[in-house]
Amino acid sequence: MEIPEVLEIKSVIKENYKTKTFFFNKKIEAEPGQFLMVWIPGIDEKPFAVSFENPLGITVGRVGSFTTQLLKMKKGDKLGIRGPYGNGFKLKGKEICLVAGGRGIIPLAFLAEKFKKVDITAIVGANTKDDLFFVKRLKKYCFRIIVVTDDGSSGIKGFPTDSLKDLLEKEKFDCVYTCGPEIMMKKVFDICENYNTECQASLERYMKCGFGLCGQCCIDDIRICKDGPVFNSKQLSKLTEFGVFERDKSGKKVYF
Amino acid sequence: MSIKLDVELAGLRLRNPTILASGILGISKKILERVAKSGAGAVTTKSITVKPRGGHNNPIFIQSTKETFLNAVGYSNPGLKAAKKEFEDLSDFPIPVIGSLVGEDAEEFAYLAENIKEIGFKAIEIVLSCPHTPGYGLLGGHGTPEATKEITSAVRKKTKLPLFVKLSPNVMNLGEVAKAAEKAGADAITAVNTLGPGMVIDVETAKPILGFKVGGLSGPALKPIAMRCVYDIYKAVKIPIIGVGGIITGKDAVEMMMAGASAVGIGTGVYYRGMNIFKEVCDEIEEFLESHGYSNVKKIIGLAHRD
Ligand SMILES: Cc1cc2nc3c(=O)[nH]c(=O)nc-3n(C[C@H](O)[C@H](O)[C@H](O)COP(=O)(O)OP(=O)(O)OC[C@H]3O[C@@H](n4cnc5c(N)ncnc54)[C@H](O)[C@@H]3O)c2cc1C
Ligand SMILES: Cc1cc2nc3c(=O)[nH]c(=O)nc-3n(C[C@H](O)[C@H](O)[C@H](O)COP(=O)(O)O)c2cc1C
Ligand code: FES
Repeated sequence: MEIPEVLEIKSVIKENYKTKTFFFNKKIEAEPGQFLMVWIPGIDEKPFAVSFENPLGITVGRVGSFTTQLLKMKKGDKLGIRGPYGNGFKLKGKEICLVAGGRGIIPLAFLAEKFKKVDITAIVGANTKDDLFFVKRLKKYCFRIIVVTDDGSSGIKGFPTDSLKDLLEKEKFDCVYTCGPEIMMKKVFDICENYNTECQASLERYMKCGFGLCGQCCIDDIRICKDGPVFNSKQLSKLTEFGVFERDKSGKKVYF
Repeated sequence: MSIKLDVELAGLRLRNPTILASGILGISKKILERVAKSGAGAVTTKSITVKPRGGHNNPIFIQSTKETFLNAVGYSNPGLKAAKKEFEDLSDFPIPVIGSLVGEDAEEFAYLAENIKEIGFKAIEIVLSCPHTPGYGLLGGHGTPEATKEITSAVRKKTKLPLFVKLSPNVMNLGEVAKAAEKAGADAITAVNTLGPGMVIDVETAKPILGFKVGGLSGPALKPIAMRCVYDIYKAVKIPIIGVGGIITGKDAVEMMMAGASAVGIGTGVYYRGMNIFKEVCDEIEEFLESHGYSNVKKIIGLAHRD
């Protein structure tokens, strides 16, 4: 049934100055990349990736008014959850690389947990040191982590895409998994194409229904909520709107 | 025996009687093209307003029982100017695209009709029947025979395109409303829009779930009401009817056509069967016709009215 199930928040963990994880008393089974619609009763409802499945947890970064209100929620408060929706990242091969930008690390950390049997290299990008989170969580599952910040306050100064290029110059991966700002993901995809490397990216668009009917989340003729949010190289190469524009709440085009 | 599924609808030729209903998917030309590829006979855009609208807060679309959906989208759309760009070139579109227009009064409807002339819509549908958007449809007082006449004539003066008028199942004198539309120059009636509005309350928080609290009812639960509405309208007018409401299977479509519809709109059905519903419903209509000895789908239109 397409209706929120109201759950009590069991615990809250602060990940950094603007990011928290909320745990619920519930187990789910999800593929990394799948998402939930999270309802603040009486306010609004927005999409969030599955961050933990047992117990169920979502990780929220502050952006605008909804996430600000969500971050004020405490243990014992109630939220509505529906989902999981969409498809997930698929495991390809034995040596994989993750490229995370900002809160894109959320589904990728869950992915690392699920795919821990293979060799994982993670490139973690953030604006500054203070914006980083989940690096410790990743360390449990990845044999190599490369931290990249715009200002060099932690790890390498620069962009995660530069680090990916450097790696692909020297070694091969069976698949590169990316989530983050769309401009970064587009670059990651282009680099992967140049190096003949398979890529999977988790895209975002404004979502409303979450189950493929309202059309709000379309990119080209694809519904991100139902046909995605994860797409492979073959699918990405056909998307003319990828890295070009998204649509706002009204459906108006907003160029990146 | 080869079965004919093509129908005629107010001067439009449709390769089959299935039409994507307004508000489902129709945000862009590209997604409508995918629906066309999935077998629809025609497609309808999301309703277009003069100014961009963000619509109501989420949730905008929820399920109340297995067979019942409620929605309160609130006419989110990027507005007339953006719609003109989005749909500016429909010359290569394989099937007719119906432009759905909605305004707050006759003047605004007429303005929309006049200003989408350059777009290649093959027909215009004006919506007088939304139950959950302040200022529009039922909440704008558009459900009466008088308002229907006023708005339909105002639009009629501005367009030569086939004009469909979309009605609400809520009114009891639906035949009269349909007659008013016919007299004012409508070429077809689309019936019905969603019913209600209805409400679902979450008992854990004691809060209505829809962002707008109330929303219009669609899906299989709406079907018997839509059926009776189409039956009543068929009796009242000579112009063709597009039957909408809870069509999921070919059998539903056959029933709706027997009630008097020349074509059927499909919305919530996409949830149950995916975009392939159009092709599947057509296949099922064909099977029905074949097994019942009909060679042409047109032969079943209005069959339930025979003495
Ligand atoms: C599949 C998917 C998974 C996501 N997973 C996470 C996650 O795990 N953690 C996390 O913190 N954030 C996640 N997000 C992003 C999160 O949904 C937005 O940050 C949030 O909706 C912003 O709302 P706001 O009111 O705080 O900001 P606003 O000021 O309303 O918006 C800021 C930006 O957020 C985006 N946004 C706003 N509303 C929506 C919406 N309904 N659907 C999609 N995008 C929207 C838009 O790009 C907008 O420009 C995910 C988004 C998608 C599509
Ligand atoms: C999510 C959703 C959005 C809708 N938006 C519109 C709209 O913008 N304009 C309109 O005329 N009808 C709109 N409708 C009504 C449908 O076109 C249709 O009349 C109704 O849903 C009944 O058909 P169904 O049971 O096949 O869904 C909407 C329906 C749904 C479910
Ligand atoms: S959010 Fe409604 S179709 Fe994807």
